[in-house]
Amino acid sequence: MKALLKNREYQLAILILIMILLIGLIFPDFVSIGNLFSVYNDTSILIILALGQMLVIITRSIDLSVAANVALTGMVVATINSTYPELPVVLVIFIGAGIGMLLGMINGLLVWKLKIPSIVVTLGTMSIYRGCVFLLSDGAWINAHQMTENFLKIPRTVFLGLPLLGWCSIIVIAVIYYFARHHTMGRKIYASGNSPTAAYYIGIDVGKQQFISFTISGLLAGIASYLWISRYAVAYTDIANGFELQVIAACVIGGVSIAGGTGTVLGCVLGALFLGVINNALPVIGISPFWQMAISGSVIIIAVVANSRSERKLGRIILRQAVQDAALKAR
Amino acid sequence: MEYILKMFAGNSTMKKPTLPSWLLSWEAFLLMATLLVFIINSFASPYFLDAWALSDATFNFTEKAIIALPLALVIIVREIDISVASIIALSSVAMGFSAEAGASIEIICLVGMLVGTLCGLFNGLLVTMLQIPSIVVTIGTMSLFRGISYILLGDQSLKNYPEPFAYFGQGYVFSVFSFEFVFFLILAVVFYILLHKTNFGRQTYAIGNNPIAAFYTGINVTRHKLILFTLVGFFCGIAAIMLTSRLGSTRPTIALGWELSIITMVVLGGVSILGGSGGIVGVVIAIFLMGLVTVGLGLLNVPGIVMSIIIGVMLISVVAIPGLFKRFKDARANRIKN
Amino acid sequence: MSEAKAIFSLEGISKHFPGVKALDEVKLDLYPGQVTALVGENGAGKSTLVKVMTGIHQPTAGCLYLDGKVVHLSTPDDARKLGITAIHQETVLFDELSVAENIFAGHLILHPSGRLNWKAMELEASRILKEIDAPLDPKKILKELSIGQRHMVAIARALSFDAKVVILDEPTAALSHREIDDFYQIVRRLKTSGCAILFISHKFDEIFTIADRFTVFRDGGYVADGKINEIEESELITMMVGRSIENAYPKSELEKGVKVLEVQNFSHPTEFSDISFDLHQGEIVGFYGLVGAGRTELMQALFGVTRHVTGQLKLDDYPITIKSPKQAIDAGIVYVPEERQSQGVILNFPISQNIGLPQLKKINPNGFLNDNAEYYLAEKYAKRLQVKAPNWNEKVENLSGGNQQKVVIGKWLATHPKVIILDEPTKGIDIGSKAAVHEFMSELTTAGLAVIMVSSELPEVMGMADRIFVMREGLMAQEFQRAEFSAEKIVSAATGLSGGQQ
Repeated sequence: MKALLKNREYQLAILILIMILLIGLIFPDFVSIGNLFSVYNDTSILIILALGQMLVIITRSIDLSVAANVALTGMVVATINSTYPELPVVLVIFIGAGIGMLLGMINGLLVWKLKIPSIVVTLGTMSIYRGCVFLLSDGAWINAHQMTENFLKIPRTVFLGLPLLGWCSIIVIAVIYYFARHHTMGRKIYASGNSPTAAYYIGIDVGKQQFISFTISGLLAGIASYLWISRYAVAYTDIANGFELQVIAACVIGGVSIAGGTGTVLGCVLGALFLGVINNALPVIGISPFWQMAISGSVIIIAVVANSRSERKLGRIILRQAVQDAALKAR
Repeated sequence: MEYILKMFAGNSTMKKPTLPSWLLSWEAFLLMATLLVFIINSFASPYFLDAWALSDATFNFTEKAIIALPLALVIIVREIDISVASIIALSSVAMGFSAEAGASIEIICLVGMLVGTLCGLFNGLLVTMLQIPSIVVTIGTMSLFRGISYILLGDQSLKNYPEPFAYFGQGYVFSVFSFEFVFFLILAVVFYILLHKTNFGRQTYAIGNNPIAAFYTGINVTRHKLILFTLVGFFCGIAAIMLTSRLGSTRPTIALGWELSIITMVVLGGVSILGGSGGIVGVVIAIFLMGLVTVGLGLLNVPGIVMSIIIGVMLISVVAIPGLFKRFKDARANRIKN
Repeated sequence: MSEAKAIFSLEGISKHFPGVKALDEVKLDLYPGQVTALVGENGAGKSTLVKVMTGIHQPTAGCLYLDGKVVHLSTPDDARKLGITAIHQETVLFDELSVAENIFAGHLILHPSGRLNWKAMELEASRILKEIDAPLDPKKILKELSIGQRHMVAIARALSFDAKVVILDEPTAALSHREIDDFYQIVRRLKTSGCAILFISHKFDEIFTIADRFTVFRDGGYVADGKINEIEESELITMMVGRSIENAYPKSELEKGVKVLEVQNFSHPTEFSDISFDLHQGEIVGFYGLVGAGRTELMQALFGVTRHVTGQLKLDDYPITIKSPKQAIDAGIVYVPEERQSQGVILNFPISQNIGLPQLKKINPNGFLNDNAEYYLAEKYAKRLQVKAPNWNEKVENLSGGNQQKVVIGKWLATHPKVIILDEPTKGIDIGSKAAVHEFMSELTTAGLAVIMVSSELPEVMGMADRIFVMREGLMAQEFQRAEFSAEKIVSAATGLSGGQQ
């Protein structure tokens, strides 16, 4: 039981439940099934992006450009839809996914082939992509009335009580879970992040794993971009501005270590839900949305401080008594 | 330039270029690029070559430049601080509130410097005492500091600054030189001496090159890094004073996105993102280069957000170059071997 | 045992690194179903050889033969695919992954659909672990296991491969006696399955228990090989150590001076316990022991690097506390680290700046750099140590290993210390520079310094030291006076054989 309590996912789940219950005590409408579904639906995009970021962080990199990717791909998707309304939405979504993936691949190539630290690459592409949104749109907005009915309808279609947007994230969770846990490529990503040396010894190209993780992150950003534009029914230069910080916060709270090599899908999802519940609770409680940024910032810091305390290492274990103590502890 | 060409040609009689000589040529390269942009700008627009216009042009980079100088030292010791723009915001908001409360100019400035310093100290403590990677700490504080600014100020703005306060950002010294520009020049000299001519600077390079060996030599690496982060915070506070004074008002969105430019100034100046190398001279030339590029683009009516595309490309290119050269040399070496 | 043919052979293998010849035309033969012990001191080339055999390094010259055919191991993966596996003392495994995944990393079992077959892997992992008497849960994450248990995982991994050649590099260093017996069983099983086993160890009792053959390396070169039952331990030691020990070392006969350092009950929670000794002016005290005995950890603690250290220190009879390298340096204790390039010098700095670095405050009391004063100081000490360089502004990374070491020693000498700790001072250095360092150590004692030398080279320690302290598993095993030095006794104390404390 004690071991279970130490488990990060368990702690998070309990924390989220406590938060919901506390809010529910004062605002009983918050805990209605309908509202909870709505909270989940709201958090879907964050979940999708966080899962991509998780893979990137596992390979010891970081992707600050993910929100700019969403903005640029979203603007492209919206432009296509408003200029060629006859194109089937599914095709447009595919194009979006492709472009997002391409933008992610650019990041990945710069990190893999040119060996530029990911912080520099994504700091740069963050601005480049965002600037390109302006170039593409000339600063103009694309509004709801310029988008086709189907384009807007799809994420809002409700199925079994949950809008398709929510179902989208569930599908992504399932796919990423399968990939991370049951596919060789996913295991290679974990291995290369955990110990690049050991990974090299078994023939894994660590740079290539980073490339793959950036590509997946970009692909998910592409999908998320359609969902974002369609859900908020608008496309302009500043959408998702600063959202990358929420994405990283979700990962960090979820137990994904910046040092690489660890992170679970469940943890990531719970981390995103944690932020999602808070973001949804703020207006209900009456706290202005201006608190959002500070909250995600403090959450990152608290989570990272908590992570660092548990990761602390004591020196080499040489004394026989110490070896035996360690062995006992492991049992 | 000759060095770069020789490296390119793989001249076997030349010793492998050791880092300082490469950088020396990098600074020469930067200087040439700066002159080139200057010339292009003067042809591109008749308004450019006016002393007052040039002086006005400096405003777009002096505040950032003031932060780039201490940030260079932070990057040299293998750390980074991307919360700098948010520290400016928070300092500015704090100053706005003290101005609202009727504080004197001295107090307002003190508040600005104090808040900046405390933010820098906060960053430094998390990095040195708790040993958390600075990238993650400053991503968090980037959010936190600006987030607090939003909480305090929402979408309002504060404008009640006393009249004389405007001098810092809008005043001039020696007729055509702005106060900000002169301050920057003096600071550049101070930092040059600090980094290249003092024990502290030598220790900075030692830590950046080999933190373990530096520690074993008796250098207090923890305290040194803490000082550097705090210094960055302090100068963010100073920059906040100038920026706020120049704009005459405070909003939580002040200095949004500035971290990209500031980091680019440092890296473009030849400071390696991996630490241990680079100098103030390069950073200063890079500052002027970026300033001229920005002015030139402004003259062409390029909007700020598109300018940041160019800055982003510059940042990536500069860091990519050593890697590219190495790949080129390795490929040549392999071909020669086979 | 019939005369079998060697399944894995190395012939004429040389491996050069800049400035150092790690291996010089060595040969080694491994026979299926037999254990060959590779015997040699630290620096004899054993770990380099293992890296060549597992594809981490490529030999500068020579050939490897597997099953009679020439093989090229360009990457560790090549070696693994050919059935060559190694288990190191600090085996590189994935501590965030499960036991089963570690065992099958690189050759994960798949369903026909391409999906990973965890069930099959866990089942097979359990089977292998049961075979080697290690009842571990295949789902457990590696970082939760003890070092001994991790070893078991490494061995299980080797078994999962159908390995032809298994290299065991100091495999029992962290095992308890019970676990070592289990380990012998595993080795015997590997033998019956036809593996050719290379066993590297300092522990002669183990060598004589499980090895069939032996090969001796010394200073990167091959010395001899043969069958274990045809040789005695003392002969092995002689071959390991080589030349006669007495005359090769410049030792000045000195009167023991006043007590300079007194260490009492120095302890750390995990690295060493209850260490007490004293040190006199003009003395060279040697610390000998196996790798991982805790000597470097002790020295780092004396130098103020380590936290959580308890005990008393007295310098010149005054009690002192040292909590940081700066305090140690100010007190007069300096440390020349084992890892020269990563801890001892700043490669990118010129010689002059390296030498001046610990003393910036003294050379430049007003805080401003004074290149002349620094250069003068560097010249004085670099000349004294005979550093070979075109000028004192030359970057240290361009110097040979021996000269780099001289720079490190010079930088500390310039601080006028009372006690100088040298951790493996001649590791990876050519013979000529080794002699120079030894010469210099003698000079230091004549000048009144007290010298602590940590070394794993028995001849060096026996040749230079006035007294030898042997450490084992973090404890002080025994003290030897110069008059009673004996290679056998010292090695026994280090390995814990006859008479050593349990």
